[in-house]
Amino acid sequence: MALISNGEFVTDEWRRLADEEALPEKGKIIVSQDRLDNALKAPRANGDIGVIIDNTLEIDKLTPVLAKLGLIAITFPTFADGRGFSLARLIRRAGYRGELRASGRLLADQYAHALGCGFDTVEIPDDLAQRQNETQWRSASKTHQRTYQCGYISSGSILDARRKATQ
Amino acid sequence: MSINNSNTLSRINSPKTTYQYDQFDKNFIRERVAEFREQVRRRLDGSLTEEEFRPFRLMNGLYLQLHAYMLRVAIPYGTLTSQQMRRLAEIADRWDKGYGHFTTRQNLQYNWPKLIDTPDILEALAEVDMHAIQTSGNCIRNVTADHFAGVAADEIEDPRPTAEFLRQWSSAHPEFSFLPRKFKIAITGATHDRAATLAHDIGLRLVQNASGDIGYCVIIGGGLGRSPFIGKIIREYVPRAALLAYLEAIMRVYNRYGRRDNKYKARIKILVHEKGIETIRAAVEKEFAAMDHTAFQQDTQEFERVAASFAPPPYETLPSESSKLTKARLETPAFDHFVSVNVSKHKIAGYAIVTVSLKPINGIPGDATSHQMCVLADACDRFGFGELRVSHEQNIILPHVKKDDLYTLWQTLDAADLATANAGLVSDIISCPGLDYCSLATARSIPIAQAISLRFSDMARQRRIGKLGIKISGCINACGHHHIGAIGVLGLEKKGQESYQITLGGDPGFSASIGEILGPGVSADQVPEVIEHLVDFYLAERQENEAFIDTWRRLGHARFKDVLRREGEDGADI
Repeated sequence: MALISNGEFVTDEWRRLADEEALPEKGKIIVSQDRLDNALKAPRANGDIGVIIDNTLEIDKLTPVLAKLGLIAITFPTFADGRGFSLARLIRRAGYRGELRASGRLLADQYAHALGCGFDTVEIPDDLAQRQNETQWRSASKTHQRTYQCGYISSGSILDARRKATQ
Repeated sequence: MSINNSNTLSRINSPKTTYQYDQFDKNFIRERVAEFREQVRRRLDGSLTEEEFRPFRLMNGLYLQLHAYMLRVAIPYGTLTSQQMRRLAEIADRWDKGYGHFTTRQNLQYNWPKLIDTPDILEALAEVDMHAIQTSGNCIRNVTADHFAGVAADEIEDPRPTAEFLRQWSSAHPEFSFLPRKFKIAITGATHDRAATLAHDIGLRLVQNASGDIGYCVIIGGGLGRSPFIGKIIREYVPRAALLAYLEAIMRVYNRYGRRDNKYKARIKILVHEKGIETIRAAVEKEFAAMDHTAFQQDTQEFERVAASFAPPPYETLPSESSKLTKARLETPAFDHFVSVNVSKHKIAGYAIVTVSLKPINGIPGDATSHQMCVLADACDRFGFGELRVSHEQNIILPHVKKDDLYTLWQTLDAADLATANAGLVSDIISCPGLDYCSLATARSIPIAQAISLRFSDMARQRRIGKLGIKISGCINACGHHHIGAIGVLGLEKKGQESYQITLGGDPGFSASIGEILGPGVSADQVPEVIEHLVDFYLAERQENEAFIDTWRRLGHARFKDVLRREGEDGADI
């Protein structure tokens, strides 16, 4: 897997824990949705636990533990499945401030959408990373300079820019 | 590679009656062209596979059709300036085969562009503030509106400012660009629904509440295709300031819960049908209440800015009747017929709305040559404040013509084969491109439309029959809107043969209904005959001024079925 952050391929500080693997005492680990409750009960540094969730998860399942999580990864079963974008918005709206990661076969062409909806990082399989290299992700982070929508993350909304231009 | 010749410059004196792109809108379109140019390059160098490239190609209007690529250009709310129409003609000449096809969603399709040329075509469009953004793909599509917007005598408010407001909001949406399926919004501001709002994913009707404020009645879950549904009201009144927030709530519920396991069950109409409108309403209201509304605080101000662009043109004060018109009608019967059929009432005295039919007898519905596009552009500069409309009936509208000018306009149109006096009549047929172009089609549509139009080529007979909508689709996806045709024709394939299913009683208006199937399918060459029998029966049975749909509703479907059964006994193989 390759991890993209701020338009660059970076080293992942987090490790995905297989379900059969015992919970280590320290280190940043990502557990599955089913294992989350147990993982959070273990005595560990706050923010060292992350979770990978399905894009169909209801947000209220996560709300009580949001403050304890250091990372939430939302899976994208295919690049055409846009449910993760809405779920990201809901997670941010619920007040989550940690790392939000899109995990799956997301394309560089969707980077601006992911950033706009509140994702910080994108995790893609290696074969995809070979075709869509760092240069493509870097330039993709700049393809949508301004958006028409307000309330999404971008270099600024067109509405705000317009107001400034006419003031 | 821009086109720069002097005749594309807009006339200095033409008033601004539609939305004017500012630097931000222009930049946005340019950015999208640059992005697509790069995507084409990355497709060609293998960075993107065909499957990965597909959604981005579609979101830029580019389909892979039966014989070639097809580029669908957006004509938001069907409004075009003369300058834009000329540019469409130039593109047809330079990159296509000298013609274009106006669609049932007020767009224009080029049937023969090359993939490698499309970024240049998009750039040529961007120069006149046009684009092909979101004319395809699983995203919010080009917003359509009443083609008589702003000039209709029965209007509460011009729906185009709202449509433009929505165009901007829905363009390159970070959250809603990868929906379960395509998403179509239509809007009307009139008391007659010319935008088929009940047949869209979201239909909006401008309404006035008890305190006189204008807002929106929001309808969801309508749609045609293989499972047709009439839309249902989700909320009777949404204030203007809350429109975008409310729509965002609907979109979020759909994006999260719309089915993705089966593309034929992925439209919002299926979600509404399976969960029930009450459940969906509750989910939308809950989301609407939970949303952070601060992002929408500037909406009213932004709407006002957009609306200011749609100023009425500088109409002259004229008497409501024109003696020049009356005289010309008496002297020239062909012109008189044109006026009675193709000219509609304008809200301003002394002006009229002219429908230019793109349905000549035996023609291809919706097709226009580049020459005809230029004639229309010149005509609207001369007679109509430089503005044109495309209707979902695939015709062109000149929305503001002085009654005094109608005769000269008619002569100009007639010289370019654009004066067919059949607007709304039996030969004003809506048809999809069908098997002649489309890779989804199961049967031909255009030749059927041509054969019906030839069968009714006697214009006096057409006028006697009166308004009657025939709509033809070449497959169950229903691009020809056959479900809402008073007479609908659906082309299917049965055992390697084309078979046409006839439906009766469809209605696109506020009293919308889905047509009922008449009986077993018939062959291509039988379609005109069957329709003729149905029409003859209607003529024999109708009461004074009764429309086909009303006769059908009064007599019942069975009586019309009997007509065919009787004909069958007479020897016709139906």
